[in-house]
Amino acid sequence: MKAPQPIDRFEIRLSGLGGQGLITLGRLLGSALALGHGYYVTQTQSYGPEARGGSSRADVVVSSRPISYPKTESLDLLVALSPEACNSYYRLLKKTGLLLVDTTLVKHAPTNVYLGLPFTQMAKEQIGNPMTINTMVMGAVTHLLPFADARVMRKSLEANLPAKIREVNAKAFALGLKQAQRHFGDAGGIWAAAEENGAHSEDDIIV
Amino acid sequence: MAVQRKKRKRRELFALGNEAVAEGALLAGCSFYAGYPITPSTEIMEVMANRLPLIEDGVFIQMEDEIASMGATIGASLAGRKAMTATSGPGFALMQEHIGYACMVEAPLVVVNVMRGGPSTGLPTSPAQADVQMARWGTHGDHPIIVLSASDVQECLEMTVTAFNFAEKYRTPVILLLDEVTAHTREKITVPDPDEVEILSRVTPTVPPEWFKPYADTARGVPAMAPIGSGYRTHVTGLTHDVMGYPTQRPDEVKDAMLRLFRKIDQYYGDIQMSDEYMLDDAEVAVVAYGSVARSAHLAVEQARERGAKAGLLTLKTLFPFPRPAVEKLTHRCHTVVVPEMNMGQMSREVKRVNNGRTKVRTINRVDGQIITPSEILKAIL
Repeated sequence: MKAPQPIDRFEIRLSGLGGQGLITLGRLLGSALALGHGYYVTQTQSYGPEARGGSSRADVVVSSRPISYPKTESLDLLVALSPEACNSYYRLLKKTGLLLVDTTLVKHAPTNVYLGLPFTQMAKEQIGNPMTINTMVMGAVTHLLPFADARVMRKSLEANLPAKIREVNAKAFALGLKQAQRHFGDAGGIWAAAEENGAHSEDDIIV
Repeated sequence: MAVQRKKRKRRELFALGNEAVAEGALLAGCSFYAGYPITPSTEIMEVMANRLPLIEDGVFIQMEDEIASMGATIGASLAGRKAMTATSGPGFALMQEHIGYACMVEAPLVVVNVMRGGPSTGLPTSPAQADVQMARWGTHGDHPIIVLSASDVQECLEMTVTAFNFAEKYRTPVILLLDEVTAHTREKITVPDPDEVEILSRVTPTVPPEWFKPYADTARGVPAMAPIGSGYRTHVTGLTHDVMGYPTQRPDEVKDAMLRLFRKIDQYYGDIQMSDEYMLDDAEVAVVAYGSVARSAHLAVEQARERGAKAGLLTLKTLFPFPRPAVEKLTHRCHTVVVPEMNMGQMSREVKRVNNGRTKVRTINRVDGQIITPSEILKAIL
Protein backbone atom coordinates (compact mmCIF):
# COMPACT_ATOMS: atom_id res chain seq x y z
CA MET A 1 0.00 0.00 0.00
CA LYS A 2 1.41 3.40 -0.96
CA ALA A 3 1.43 6.04 1.76
CA PRO A 4 -1.81 7.99 1.37
CA GLN A 5 -1.41 11.54 0.16
CA PRO A 6 -2.46 14.29 2.57
CA ILE A 7 -6.14 15.26 2.28
CA ASP A 8 -8.06 17.31 4.80
CA ARG A 9 -11.75 16.34 4.81
CA PHE A 10 -12.82 15.62 1.26
CA GLU A 11 -16.60 15.35 1.37
CA ILE A 12 -18.64 13.31 -1.12
CA ARG A 13 -22.42 12.96 -1.26
CA LEU A 14 -24.00 10.18 -3.33
CA SER A 15 -27.66 11.03 -3.71
CA GLY A 16 -30.69 9.89 -5.64
CA LEU A 17 -33.58 7.48 -5.23
CA GLY A 18 -34.05 4.50 -2.95
CA GLY A 19 -33.23 1.35 -4.95
CA GLN A 20 -30.39 2.88 -6.99
CA GLY A 21 -27.85 1.20 -4.72
CA LEU A 22 -26.42 4.41 -3.31
CA ILE A 23 -25.72 3.06 0.16
CA THR A 24 -23.99 0.03 -1.37
CA LEU A 25 -22.01 2.46 -3.53
CA GLY A 26 -21.02 4.39 -0.39
CA ARG A 27 -19.91 1.18 1.27
CA LEU A 28 -17.90 0.03 -1.77
CA LEU A 29 -16.29 3.42 -2.26
CA GLY A 30 -15.54 3.84 1.43
CA SER A 31 -14.14 0.36 1.79
CA ALA A 32 -11.83 0.84 -1.22
CA LEU A 33 -10.54 4.16 0.12
CA ALA A 34 -10.20 2.96 3.73
CA LEU A 35 -8.88 -0.58 3.35
CA GLY A 36 -7.39 -0.34 -0.15
CA HIS A 37 -5.75 3.09 0.09
CA GLY A 38 -5.37 3.48 3.86
CA TYR A 39 -7.29 6.73 4.27
CA TYR A 40 -9.52 7.60 7.18
CA VAL A 41 -13.06 7.28 5.87
CA THR A 42 -16.49 7.68 7.41
CA GLN A 43 -19.55 6.64 5.46
CA THR A 44 -22.95 7.64 6.75
CA GLN A 45 -26.39 7.28 5.26
CA SER A 46 -29.82 8.73 5.28
CA TYR A 47 -32.86 6.97 4.01
CA GLY A 48 -36.58 6.83 4.51
CA PRO A 49 -38.65 3.88 5.71
CA GLU A 50 -39.47 2.88 2.09
CA ALA A 51 -37.63 -0.02 0.42
CA ARG A 52 -37.78 1.58 -3.04
CA GLY A 53 -38.52 5.07 -4.20
CA GLY A 54 -38.21 7.96 -1.80
CA SER A 55 -34.91 9.69 -1.40
CA SER A 56 -31.69 8.01 -0.42
CA ARG A 57 -28.19 9.22 0.11
CA ALA A 58 -24.81 8.10 1.35
CA ASP A 59 -22.10 10.49 2.49
CA VAL A 60 -18.41 9.67 2.39
CA VAL A 61 -15.76 11.76 4.13
CA VAL A 62 -12.13 11.02 3.24
CA SER A 63 -9.13 12.36 5.09
CA SER A 64 -5.54 11.49 5.83
CA ARG A 65 -6.20 12.50 9.46
CA PRO A 66 -8.69 10.96 11.91
CA ILE A 67 -12.20 12.24 11.19
CA SER A 68 -14.26 13.73 14.00
CA TYR A 69 -17.62 14.75 12.53
CA PRO A 70 -18.67 11.78 10.39
CA LYS A 71 -21.27 13.56 8.24
CA THR A 72 -20.81 16.19 5.54
CA GLU A 73 -21.18 19.96 5.89
CA SER A 74 -19.88 21.36 2.60
CA LEU A 75 -19.40 19.07 -0.33
CA ASP A 76 -16.38 18.65 -2.58
CA LEU A 77 -18.21 16.23 -4.84
CA LEU A 78 -21.94 15.82 -5.26
CA VAL A 79 -23.21 12.86 -7.24
CA ALA A 80 -26.90 13.33 -8.09
CA LEU A 81 -28.85 10.53 -9.72
CA SER A 82 -32.24 12.22 -9.52
CA PRO A 83 -33.46 15.78 -10.23
CA GLU A 84 -34.81 16.10 -6.67
CA ALA A 85 -31.47 15.14 -5.15
CA CYS A 86 -29.67 17.51 -7.51
CA ASN A 87 -31.89 20.43 -6.59
CA SER A 88 -31.91 19.84 -2.86
CA TYR A 89 -28.19 19.25 -2.34
CA TYR A 90 -26.68 21.51 -4.98
CA ARG A 91 -26.55 24.42 -2.55
CA LEU A 92 -24.36 22.35 -0.18
CA LEU A 93 -21.55 22.21 -2.75
CA LYS A 94 -18.42 24.21 -2.04
CA LYS A 95 -17.71 26.95 -4.57
CA THR A 96 -14.83 24.82 -5.78
CA GLY A 97 -16.86 21.63 -5.66
CA LEU A 98 -17.87 19.36 -8.52
CA LEU A 99 -21.33 18.21 -9.53
CA LEU A 100 -21.72 14.87 -11.30
CA VAL A 101 -25.19 13.95 -12.57
CA ASP A 102 -26.93 11.16 -14.40
CA THR A 103 -27.99 12.98 -17.58
CA THR A 104 -30.65 10.33 -18.29
CA LEU A 105 -32.57 11.44 -15.23
CA VAL A 106 -31.34 14.96 -14.50
CA LYS A 107 -32.41 16.93 -17.56
CA HIS A 108 -32.04 20.38 -16.07
CA ALA A 109 -29.10 20.78 -13.74
CA PRO A 110 -29.30 23.92 -11.56
CA THR A 111 -26.01 25.15 -13.03
CA ASN A 112 -24.10 25.12 -16.30
CA VAL A 113 -20.96 23.94 -14.57
CA TYR A 114 -21.39 20.23 -14.10
CA LEU A 115 -20.21 16.88 -15.33
CA GLY A 116 -22.68 14.35 -16.64
CA LEU A 117 -22.94 10.89 -18.13
CA PRO A 118 -26.14 9.02 -19.05
CA PHE A 119 -25.53 6.34 -16.38
CA THR A 120 -29.05 4.86 -16.41
CA GLN A 121 -29.09 4.59 -20.19
CA MET A 122 -25.57 3.12 -20.31
CA ALA A 123 -26.45 0.56 -17.64
CA LYS A 124 -29.54 -0.50 -19.56
CA GLU A 125 -28.13 -0.49 -23.08
CA GLN A 126 -24.44 -1.24 -22.80
CA ILE A 127 -24.37 -3.50 -19.72
CA GLY A 128 -27.93 -4.83 -20.02
CA ASN A 129 -28.58 -4.47 -16.29
CA PRO A 130 -29.96 -1.23 -14.79
CA MET A 131 -28.88 -2.41 -11.33
CA THR A 132 -25.24 -1.78 -12.25
CA ILE A 133 -25.72 1.98 -12.22
CA ASN A 134 -23.99 2.31 -8.83
CA THR A 135 -20.78 0.50 -9.79
CA MET A 136 -20.70 2.46 -13.04
CA VAL A 137 -20.89 5.68 -11.04
CA MET A 138 -18.08 4.31 -8.88
CA GLY A 139 -15.95 4.02 -12.04
CA ALA A 140 -16.63 7.64 -12.98
CA VAL A 141 -16.04 8.84 -9.40
CA THR A 142 -12.76 6.93 -9.30
CA HIS A 143 -11.61 8.94 -12.27
CA LEU A 144 -12.62 12.19 -10.59
CA LEU A 145 -10.86 11.51 -7.27
CA PRO A 146 -7.24 12.62 -7.69
CA PHE A 147 -6.23 10.50 -4.69
CA ALA A 148 -7.82 7.24 -5.86
CA ASP A 149 -5.95 4.53 -7.71
CA ALA A 150 -8.22 2.87 -10.29
CA ARG A 151 -6.60 -0.55 -9.92
CA VAL A 152 -6.97 -0.54 -6.14
CA MET A 153 -10.58 0.58 -6.48
CA ARG A 154 -11.41 -2.20 -8.94
CA LYS A 155 -9.71 -4.86 -6.83
CA SER A 156 -11.56 -3.73 -3.74
CA LEU A 157 -14.86 -3.65 -5.64
CA GLU A 158 -14.38 -7.21 -6.84
CA ALA A 159 -13.40 -8.41 -3.37
CA ASN A 160 -16.57 -6.93 -1.89
CA LEU A 161 -19.11 -8.39 -4.31
CA PRO A 162 -20.58 -11.89 -4.35
CA ALA A 163 -19.34 -14.08 -7.23
CA LYS A 164 -22.54 -14.13 -9.26
CA ILE A 165 -22.67 -10.36 -9.75
CA ARG A 166 -18.92 -9.69 -9.77
CA GLU A 167 -18.32 -9.84 -13.51
CA VAL A 168 -21.19 -7.63 -14.61
CA ASN A 169 -20.28 -5.00 -12.01
CA ALA A 170 -16.60 -5.06 -12.93
CA LYS A 171 -17.73 -4.41 -16.51
CA ALA A 172 -19.91 -1.50 -15.41
CA PHE A 173 -17.07 -0.07 -13.32
CA ALA A 174 -14.70 -0.23 -16.29
CA LEU A 175 -17.26 1.43 -18.57
CA GLY A 176 -17.91 4.25 -16.09
CA LEU A 177 -14.19 4.82 -15.70
CA LYS A 178 -13.57 4.77 -19.45
CA GLN A 179 -16.42 7.14 -20.31
CA ALA A 180 -15.35 9.55 -17.58
CA GLN A 181 -11.77 9.54 -18.93
CA ARG A 182 -13.04 10.14 -22.45
CA HIS A 183 -15.59 12.88 -21.72
CA PHE A 184 -14.24 14.67 -18.67
CA GLY A 185 -10.52 14.74 -19.45
CA ASP A 186 -7.71 14.60 -16.92
CA ALA A 187 -8.82 14.75 -13.24
CA GLY A 188 -6.13 17.28 -12.34
CA GLY A 189 -7.44 19.61 -15.05
CA ILE A 190 -11.04 19.25 -13.87
CA TRP A 191 -10.21 20.25 -10.30
CA ALA A 192 -7.99 23.10 -11.46
CA ALA A 193 -10.92 24.37 -13.54
CA ALA A 194 -13.28 23.99 -10.57
CA GLU A 195 -10.84 25.95 -8.43
CA GLU A 196 -10.67 28.66 -11.09
CA ASN A 197 -14.43 28.72 -11.43
CA GLY A 198 -14.88 28.93 -7.65
CA ALA A 199 -12.47 31.81 -7.39
CA HIS A 200 -14.43 33.80 -9.98
CA SER A 201 -17.92 32.84 -8.93
CA GLU A 202 -17.93 35.35 -6.10
CA ASP A 203 -17.82 38.22 -8.59
CA ASP A 204 -20.80 36.82 -10.39
CA ILE A 205 -23.16 37.07 -7.44
CA ILE A 206 -25.53 39.94 -8.09
CA VAL A 207 -26.95 41.36 -4.89
CA MET B 1 15.00 -23.90 22.81
CA ALA B 2 13.52 -21.02 20.93
CA VAL B 3 10.15 -19.88 22.11
CA GLN B 4 7.82 -19.33 19.22
CA ARG B 5 5.98 -16.07 19.70
CA LYS B 6 2.39 -16.37 18.61
CA LYS B 7 1.56 -13.99 15.82
CA ARG B 8 -1.22 -11.60 16.72
CA LYS B 9 -4.24 -11.98 14.51
CA ARG B 10 -5.84 -8.60 14.06
CA ARG B 11 -8.45 -7.98 11.42
CA GLU B 12 -9.18 -4.72 9.65
CA LEU B 13 -12.78 -4.16 8.60
CA PHE B 14 -14.78 -1.36 7.03
CA ALA B 15 -17.77 -1.85 9.26
CA LEU B 16 -20.96 -0.31 10.57
CA GLY B 17 -21.23 0.65 14.24
CA ASN B 18 -23.80 -2.12 14.57
CA GLU B 19 -21.45 -4.67 13.02
CA ALA B 20 -18.72 -3.54 15.40
CA VAL B 21 -21.07 -4.16 18.34
CA ALA B 22 -21.55 -7.74 17.17
CA GLU B 23 -17.78 -8.18 16.70
CA GLY B 24 -17.23 -6.85 20.22
CA ALA B 25 -19.84 -9.18 21.67
CA LEU B 26 -18.27 -12.23 20.01
CA LEU B 27 -14.84 -11.10 21.20
CA ALA B 28 -16.17 -10.79 24.76
CA GLY B 29 -17.41 -14.38 24.62
CA CYS B 30 -21.10 -13.83 23.92
CA SER B 31 -22.58 -17.16 22.89
CA PHE B 32 -26.28 -16.39 23.11
CA TYR B 33 -28.43 -13.83 21.33
CA ALA B 34 -32.22 -13.60 21.42
CA GLY B 35 -33.89 -10.66 19.75
CA TYR B 36 -36.52 -9.18 17.54
CA PRO B 37 -35.32 -7.04 14.63
CA ILE B 38 -35.98 -3.30 14.65
CA THR B 39 -34.47 -0.41 12.72
CA PRO B 40 -31.85 0.96 13.35
CA SER B 41 -30.43 -1.97 15.35
CA THR B 42 -31.13 -4.80 12.92
CA GLU B 43 -27.57 -5.27 11.64
CA ILE B 44 -26.47 -6.37 15.13
CA MET B 45 -28.99 -9.19 14.92
CA GLU B 46 -28.01 -10.03 11.33
CA VAL B 47 -24.35 -10.48 12.20
CA MET B 48 -25.19 -12.53 15.30
CA ALA B 49 -27.53 -14.72 13.22
CA ASN B 50 -24.70 -15.40 10.78
CA ARG B 51 -21.91 -15.89 13.27
CA LEU B 52 -23.34 -17.58 16.37
CA PRO B 53 -24.21 -20.87 14.62
CA LEU B 54 -20.54 -21.10 13.58
CA ILE B 55 -19.16 -21.07 17.12
CA GLU B 56 -19.30 -23.96 19.56
CA ASP B 57 -22.58 -23.99 21.51
CA GLY B 58 -23.54 -20.66 19.92
CA VAL B 59 -27.28 -20.03 20.09
CA PHE B 60 -29.25 -17.47 18.10
CA ILE B 61 -33.02 -17.21 18.48
CA GLN B 62 -35.42 -14.81 16.83
CA MET B 63 -38.16 -14.35 19.43
CA GLU B 64 -41.78 -13.33 18.95
CA ASP B 65 -41.22 -9.92 20.52
CA GLU B 66 -38.89 -7.92 22.74
CA ILE B 67 -40.51 -9.07 26.00
CA ALA B 68 -39.67 -12.66 25.14
CA SER B 69 -36.23 -11.64 23.84
CA MET B 70 -35.32 -10.18 27.20
CA GLY B 71 -36.75 -13.23 29.00
CA ALA B 72 -34.66 -15.60 26.89
CA THR B 73 -31.56 -13.48 27.43
CA ILE B 74 -32.02 -13.62 31.21
CA GLY B 75 -32.57 -17.38 31.06
CA ALA B 76 -29.38 -17.90 29.06
CA SER B 77 -27.45 -15.72 31.48
CA LEU B 78 -28.68 -17.72 34.49
CA ALA B 79 -27.64 -20.90 32.69
CA GLY B 80 -24.09 -19.57 32.50
CA ARG B 81 -23.99 -17.93 29.09
CA LYS B 82 -22.78 -14.48 28.17
CA ALA B 83 -25.93 -13.20 26.55
CA MET B 84 -27.01 -10.12 24.63
CA THR B 85 -30.02 -8.60 22.94
CA ALA B 86 -30.33 -5.44 20.87
CA THR B 87 -33.26 -3.21 20.06
CA SER B 88 -34.46 0.34 19.55
CA GLY B 89 -36.83 2.59 21.53
CA PRO B 90 -40.16 0.78 21.03
CA GLY B 91 -38.57 -2.59 21.80
CA PHE B 92 -36.61 -1.15 24.71
CA ALA B 93 -39.90 -0.02 26.24
CA LEU B 94 -41.19 -3.60 26.11
CA MET B 95 -38.01 -4.89 27.75
CA GLN B 96 -38.26 -2.69 30.83
CA GLU B 97 -40.07 -5.09 33.14
CA HIS B 98 -37.57 -7.84 32.47
CA ILE B 99 -34.64 -5.47 32.87
CA GLY B 100 -35.88 -4.90 36.43
CA TYR B 101 -36.10 -8.65 36.87
CA ALA B 102 -32.49 -8.97 35.66
CA CYS B 103 -31.43 -6.32 38.20
CA MET B 104 -33.21 -8.20 40.98
CA VAL B 105 -31.88 -11.66 40.17
CA GLU B 106 -28.49 -10.12 39.28
CA ALA B 107 -28.28 -11.64 35.81
CA PRO B 108 -25.24 -10.39 33.91
CA LEU B 109 -26.29 -9.47 30.38
CA VAL B 110 -26.00 -6.73 27.78
CA VAL B 111 -28.87 -4.81 26.19
CA VAL B 112 -28.01 -2.58 23.24
CA ASN B 113 -30.48 0.20 22.46
CA VAL B 114 -29.85 2.03 19.18
CA MET B 115 -31.82 5.21 19.77
CA ARG B 116 -34.14 6.53 17.07
CA GLY B 117 -36.63 9.37 17.12
CA GLY B 118 -39.58 8.85 19.48
CA PRO B 119 -41.89 8.69 21.37
CA SER B 120 -43.66 5.59 20.06
CA THR B 121 -42.79 4.48 16.52
CA GLY B 122 -41.46 8.01 15.95
CA LEU B 123 -38.75 8.33 13.31
CA PRO B 124 -37.54 4.79 12.59
CA THR B 125 -34.56 5.78 10.44
CA SER B 126 -33.47 8.99 12.18
CA PRO B 127 -31.16 9.50 15.14
CA ALA B 128 -32.09 10.66 18.64
CA GLN B 129 -30.68 10.43 22.14
CA ALA B 130 -34.00 10.49 23.89
CA ASP B 131 -33.81 7.19 25.81
CA VAL B 132 -31.07 8.32 28.18
CA GLN B 133 -33.21 8.74 31.28
CA MET B 134 -35.29 5.72 30.27
CA ALA B 135 -32.14 3.59 30.27
CA ARG B 136 -31.51 4.79 33.82
CA TRP B 137 -35.02 4.75 35.21
CA GLY B 138 -37.14 2.79 32.74
CA THR B 139 -37.81 -0.15 34.98
CA HIS B 140 -39.66 0.29 38.23
CA GLY B 141 -38.21 0.10 41.69
CA ASP B 142 -35.08 1.61 43.12
CA HIS B 143 -32.14 0.04 41.35
CA PRO B 144 -28.61 0.80 40.24
CA ILE B 145 -27.73 0.17 36.61
CA ILE B 146 -24.80 0.75 34.28
CA VAL B 147 -25.45 2.67 31.07
CA LEU B 148 -22.65 3.07 28.52
CA SER B 149 -22.40 4.94 25.25
CA ALA B 150 -20.14 4.93 22.18
CA SER B 151 -19.40 7.65 19.66
CA ASP B 152 -17.43 6.02 16.85
CA VAL B 153 -17.26 2.60 15.26
CA GLN B 154 -14.09 1.39 16.99
CA GLU B 155 -15.62 2.51 20.28
CA CYS B 156 -18.76 0.46 19.50
CA LEU B 157 -16.55 -2.61 19.57
CA GLU B 158 -14.63 -1.56 22.66
CA MET B 159 -17.62 -0.45 24.68
CA THR B 160 -19.45 -3.70 23.91
CA VAL B 161 -16.51 -5.61 25.37
CA THR B 162 -16.57 -3.25 28.36
CA ALA B 163 -20.33 -3.75 28.72
CA PHE B 164 -19.86 -7.52 28.95
CA ASN B 165 -16.96 -7.11 31.38
CA PHE B 166 -18.98 -4.83 33.66
CA ALA B 167 -21.99 -7.14 33.45
CA GLU B 168 -19.91 -10.13 34.47
CA LYS B 169 -17.86 -8.32 37.09
CA TYR B 170 -20.81 -6.70 38.83
CA ARG B 171 -23.56 -9.24 38.02
CA THR B 172 -25.84 -6.63 36.56
CA PRO B 173 -27.57 -5.87 33.29
CA VAL B 174 -25.56 -3.28 31.34
CA ILE B 175 -27.21 -1.06 28.77
CA LEU B 176 -25.24 0.19 25.79
CA LEU B 177 -26.88 3.24 24.23
CA LEU B 178 -26.02 4.06 20.64
CA ASP B 179 -27.76 6.44 18.29
CA GLU B 180 -28.66 5.88 14.66
CA VAL B 181 -25.67 7.90 13.41
CA THR B 182 -23.09 5.87 15.32
CA ALA B 183 -24.85 2.61 14.48
CA HIS B 184 -25.06 3.39 10.76
CA THR B 185 -21.64 4.96 10.24
CA ARG B 186 -19.08 2.82 8.50
CA GLU B 187 -15.42 3.23 9.41
CA LYS B 188 -12.25 1.24 9.36
CA ILE B 189 -11.87 -0.70 12.58
CA THR B 190 -9.32 -3.10 13.93
CA VAL B 191 -10.70 -6.21 15.56
CA PRO B 192 -7.98 -7.13 18.05
CA ASP B 193 -6.62 -10.59 18.62
CA PRO B 194 -8.61 -12.19 21.48
CA ASP B 195 -5.34 -12.53 23.42
CA GLU B 196 -4.89 -8.76 23.47
CA VAL B 197 -8.22 -8.06 25.14
CA GLU B 198 -9.04 -8.30 28.81
CA ILE B 199 -12.13 -10.47 29.11
CA LEU B 200 -13.80 -10.89 32.51
CA SER B 201 -16.18 -13.66 33.49
CA ARG B 202 -18.49 -14.07 36.46
CA VAL B 203 -17.16 -15.64 39.64
CA THR B 204 -18.46 -19.17 40.14
CA PRO B 205 -18.72 -20.87 43.54
CA THR B 206 -15.71 -22.69 44.94
CA VAL B 207 -17.52 -24.16 47.95
CA PRO B 208 -19.20 -27.59 47.90
CA PRO B 209 -22.81 -27.43 46.65
CA GLU B 210 -24.31 -27.99 50.11
CA TRP B 211 -22.54 -24.88 51.47
CA PHE B 212 -23.56 -22.61 48.63
CA LYS B 213 -25.62 -19.50 49.37
CA PRO B 214 -26.60 -18.02 45.99
CA TYR B 215 -27.01 -14.45 47.24
CA ALA B 216 -24.43 -14.32 50.00
CA ASP B 217 -22.71 -10.99 50.54
CA THR B 218 -19.02 -10.72 49.68
CA ALA B 219 -16.41 -7.96 50.01
CA ARG B 220 -17.28 -6.76 46.50
CA GLY B 221 -20.98 -7.19 47.16
CA VAL B 222 -21.16 -9.55 44.20
CA PRO B 223 -22.21 -13.12 45.05
CA ALA B 224 -20.66 -16.09 43.23
CA MET B 225 -22.95 -17.33 40.49
CA ALA B 226 -23.58 -21.00 39.76
CA PRO B 227 -24.95 -21.77 36.33
CA ILE B 228 -28.32 -23.45 36.62
CA GLY B 229 -27.89 -27.17 36.09
CA SER B 230 -24.35 -27.31 37.47
CA GLY B 231 -25.35 -29.12 40.68
CA TYR B 232 -25.61 -26.03 42.84
CA ARG B 233 -29.08 -25.30 44.21
CA THR B 234 -30.24 -21.91 42.94
CA HIS B 235 -33.64 -20.35 43.45
CA VAL B 236 -34.53 -17.42 41.23
CA THR B 237 -37.33 -14.99 41.97
CA GLY B 238 -38.21 -11.40 41.26
CA LEU B 239 -39.49 -11.11 44.83
CA THR B 240 -37.04 -9.58 47.26
CA HIS B 241 -35.08 -12.54 48.53
CA ASP B 242 -32.76 -13.66 51.31
CA VAL B 243 -29.24 -15.02 50.82
CA MET B 244 -30.69 -18.41 49.85
CA GLY B 245 -32.76 -16.83 47.11
CA TYR B 246 -36.15 -17.32 48.79
CA PRO B 247 -38.72 -14.53 49.15
CA THR B 248 -38.52 -12.54 52.34
CA GLN B 249 -40.26 -9.57 53.86
CA ARG B 250 -38.12 -9.38 56.98
CA PRO B 251 -36.99 -5.75 57.07
CA ASP B 252 -33.43 -6.64 58.08
CA GLU B 253 -33.04 -9.09 55.21
CA VAL B 254 -34.73 -6.78 52.70
CA LYS B 255 -32.51 -3.91 53.75
CA ASP B 256 -29.35 -6.03 53.44
CA ALA B 257 -30.36 -7.27 50.01
CA MET B 258 -31.25 -3.82 48.66
CA LEU B 259 -28.21 -2.09 50.10
CA ARG B 260 -25.93 -4.76 48.68
CA LEU B 261 -27.48 -4.25 45.22
CA PHE B 262 -26.50 -0.58 45.42
CA ARG B 263 -23.17 -1.10 47.14
CA LYS B 264 -21.82 -3.48 44.50
CA ILE B 265 -22.04 -0.65 41.96
CA ASP B 266 -21.55 2.39 44.25
CA GLN B 267 -18.22 1.31 45.66
CA TYR B 268 -16.73 0.90 42.18
CA TYR B 269 -17.70 4.27 40.67
CA GLY B 270 -14.01 4.92 39.97
CA ASP B 271 -13.85 1.82 37.78
CA ILE B 272 -17.20 2.32 36.07
CA GLN B 273 -17.35 6.05 35.34
CA MET B 274 -15.51 6.45 32.04
CA SER B 275 -14.97 9.66 30.10
CA ASP B 276 -12.49 11.12 27.59
CA GLU B 277 -10.93 14.56 27.88
CA TYR B 278 -9.86 16.63 24.88
CA MET B 279 -8.15 20.03 25.24
CA LEU B 280 -9.61 20.54 28.71
CA ASP B 281 -6.43 21.51 30.56
CA ASP B 282 -6.77 25.26 29.99
CA ALA B 283 -10.37 25.31 28.74
CA GLU B 284 -12.68 28.17 29.64
CA VAL B 285 -15.63 26.71 27.77
CA ALA B 286 -16.23 23.00 28.07
CA VAL B 287 -18.55 20.92 25.93
CA VAL B 288 -20.02 17.82 27.58
CA ALA B 289 -21.30 15.39 24.96
CA TYR B 290 -21.84 11.70 24.26
CA GLY B 291 -22.61 9.46 21.30
CA SER B 292 -22.39 10.82 17.76
CA VAL B 293 -22.86 14.40 19.00
CA ALA B 294 -19.46 14.11 20.73
CA ARG B 295 -17.92 13.86 17.26
CA SER B 296 -19.62 17.06 16.14
CA ALA B 297 -18.40 18.65 19.36
CA HIS B 298 -14.85 17.45 18.70
CA LEU B 299 -14.74 19.27 15.36
CA ALA B 300 -16.39 22.34 16.90
CA VAL B 301 -13.73 22.47 19.64
CA GLU B 302 -10.98 22.10 17.02
CA GLN B 303 -12.49 24.99 15.04
CA ALA B 304 -12.94 27.12 18.16
CA ARG B 305 -9.28 26.60 19.08
CA GLU B 306 -8.25 27.68 15.56
CA ARG B 307 -10.10 30.92 16.28
CA GLY B 308 -8.33 31.35 19.58
CA ALA B 309 -11.17 30.34 21.90
CA LYS B 310 -10.13 28.16 24.82
CA ALA B 311 -12.57 25.32 24.35
CA GLY B 312 -12.43 21.69 25.41
CA LEU B 313 -14.51 18.55 25.28
CA LEU B 314 -15.55 15.96 27.82
CA THR B 315 -16.94 12.86 26.10
CA LEU B 316 -19.04 10.73 28.43
CA LYS B 317 -18.55 7.02 27.79
CA THR B 318 -20.41 6.04 30.93
CA LEU B 319 -23.76 7.82 31.22
CA PHE B 320 -24.84 6.15 34.46
CA PRO B 321 -23.61 6.07 37.15
CA PHE B 322 -23.18 9.69 36.03
CA PRO B 323 -19.45 10.60 35.90
CA ARG B 324 -19.82 13.26 38.55
CA PRO B 325 -16.13 13.91 39.38
CA ALA B 326 -15.18 14.57 35.74
CA VAL B 327 -18.08 17.00 35.23
CA GLU B 328 -17.77 18.67 38.64
CA LYS B 329 -14.16 19.59 37.88
CA LEU B 330 -15.31 21.50 34.79
CA THR B 331 -17.98 23.44 36.65
CA HIS B 332 -15.28 24.78 38.96
CA ARG B 333 -12.88 25.80 36.19
CA CYS B 334 -14.93 26.88 33.17
CA HIS B 335 -17.18 29.90 32.77
CA THR B 336 -19.57 27.96 30.53
CA VAL B 337 -20.44 24.31 30.08
CA VAL B 338 -22.23 23.51 26.80
CA VAL B 339 -24.36 20.36 26.64
CA PRO B 340 -25.52 19.47 23.11
CA GLU B 341 -27.83 16.48 22.79
CA MET B 342 -30.54 15.10 20.52
CA ASN B 343 -33.31 15.39 23.12
CA MET B 344 -34.88 18.18 25.15
CA GLY B 345 -32.27 18.07 27.92
CA GLN B 346 -31.93 14.66 29.52
CA MET B 347 -28.19 14.75 30.21
CA SER B 348 -28.00 18.51 30.78
CA ARG B 349 -30.35 17.85 33.72
CA GLU B 350 -27.60 15.70 35.27
CA VAL B 351 -24.94 18.30 34.46
CA LYS B 352 -27.05 21.04 36.07
CA ARG B 353 -27.59 18.86 39.14
CA VAL B 354 -23.83 18.41 39.55
CA ASN B 355 -23.17 22.06 38.68
CA ASN B 356 -25.46 23.17 41.49
CA GLY B 357 -25.61 26.72 40.12
CA ARG B 358 -21.83 27.24 40.07
CA THR B 359 -21.33 28.09 36.42
CA LYS B 360 -23.38 28.73 33.30
CA VAL B 361 -24.82 25.63 31.61
CA ARG B 362 -25.91 26.15 27.99
CA THR B 363 -27.97 23.51 26.33
CA ILE B 364 -28.31 22.75 22.62
CA ASN B 365 -31.30 20.55 21.94
CA ARG B 366 -32.49 19.05 18.70
CA VAL B 367 -35.47 16.74 18.26
CA ASP B 368 -36.01 16.95 14.49
CA GLY B 369 -34.27 13.69 13.64
CA GLN B 370 -31.06 15.46 12.61
CA ILE B 371 -27.65 15.28 14.25
CA ILE B 372 -26.39 18.46 15.92
CA THR B 373 -23.78 19.94 13.59
CA PRO B 374 -20.32 21.24 14.51
CA SER B 375 -21.35 24.77 13.46
CA GLU B 376 -24.28 24.80 15.92
CA ILE B 377 -21.93 23.86 18.75
CA LEU B 378 -19.27 26.30 17.59
CA LYS B 379 -21.81 29.11 17.75
CA ALA B 380 -22.59 28.23 21.36
CA ILE B 381 -18.89 28.12 22.26
CA LEU B 382 -17.92 31.46 20.72
